Amino acid sequence: MFDRLSFPQPWLSLILFLIWQILSDGVSGGSVVVGLILAWLIPQITHGFWPERPAFVKVWRMPAYILRVLKDIVIASFSVAWLILTPRNPRPAFISYPLRLDHPLAISILASTISLTPGTVSADVSDDNKTLLIHALDATNDQEVIDAIYNSYEKPLMEMFQ
Amino acid sequence: MSPLAEYAISALLVFGGAFTLIGAIGLARLPDFYTRLHGPTKATTVGVGAIMLSSVIYFSAIGEGVGISEILITVFLLMTAPVSANMLAKAAMHIGVKTVEDTEGKPWEQ
Repeated sequence: MFDRLSFPQPWLSLILFLIWQILSDGVSGGSVVVGLILAWLIPQITHGFWPERPAFVKVWRMPAYILRVLKDIVIASFSVAWLILTPRNPRPAFISYPLRLDHPLAISILASTISLTPGTVSADVSDDNKTLLIHALDATNDQEVIDAIYNSYEKPLMEMFQ
Repeated sequence: MSPLAEYAISALLVFGGAFTLIGAIGLARLPDFYTRLHGPTKATTVGVGAIMLSSVIYFSAIGEGVGISEILITVFLLMTAPVSANMLAKAAMHIGVKTVEDTEGKPWEQ
C-alpha cells in the first residue's frame, strides 16, 4: 500500500516540483502543495514509459555540453539560412550512423541534439539500438558528417554516461 | 529604459523575425518532405530563441525582474522540437513519402 506513495523517479519528481515553482510565479503554500501532488502523480502515471532506472550520469559535464550545442545551433543556423536563400539546390542524404552509446537516455539525448543542430534530423533508431538513421540537408561526404557528430556530441555523451 | 537595452531588444527582434521568415521560406522552397523538415525545426529555433531573449531583456530593463517563464518556454521548445521532427520523419518513412531524386541513401524499412 505504501508503494503507491513513493517517488519511483526521484530526480524527475524534483525537476517537476522545481519547474512548477518557477511556473507558478513565486513560491507560496498553494504552489508547494500542487507541486508535491504533481511531483508524485506524473511519475506514477508515466511509470510504464521509464523502463529502467537511469544510469549514473556525470551531471557536472552537462553545462559544457549544453553550451557547445547552443553555440553549434547558432553557427549552423546561419549555414542553413544561407542554403535556403541561395538558389543552389541542396544535396540531401540519408546517413546510417553507427551508435557507440548503449543507454536509451543517452541515445535519445544524442538524437535530440542531432535534430536540434541545423542540417541534420535524426529520423529513426534501429530496433537493436545500434544504428541511427540521419537525414542530412546538405551532405557532400557521409563520413565527414559521421565523424563530426562523433567528435562533438557522442564522445562527450559517452564520457557522461560511463 | 537605457538606449543600449533598446538597441539590443530591437536588434534581437529583427534577427529573430528574419530567421523565422527564412524558416518559412525554406518550407516553401526546399524540394521534398525530408528537406522541408529542416527549415521550420531549425531556423525557427534560433528565431524564437532571439525573440525570447529580447523579451527577457525588455522585462528586466523596465524593472519587473528577469522573466523566468521566457527561459522555460525556450527550454520546452528546445526539448519538444526534435521530438516532433523525429515523429514527422518516422511517419513519412512509414507511409513511404518520395524523396527528391538526387538524395543519397534510402530510408530503411522496418
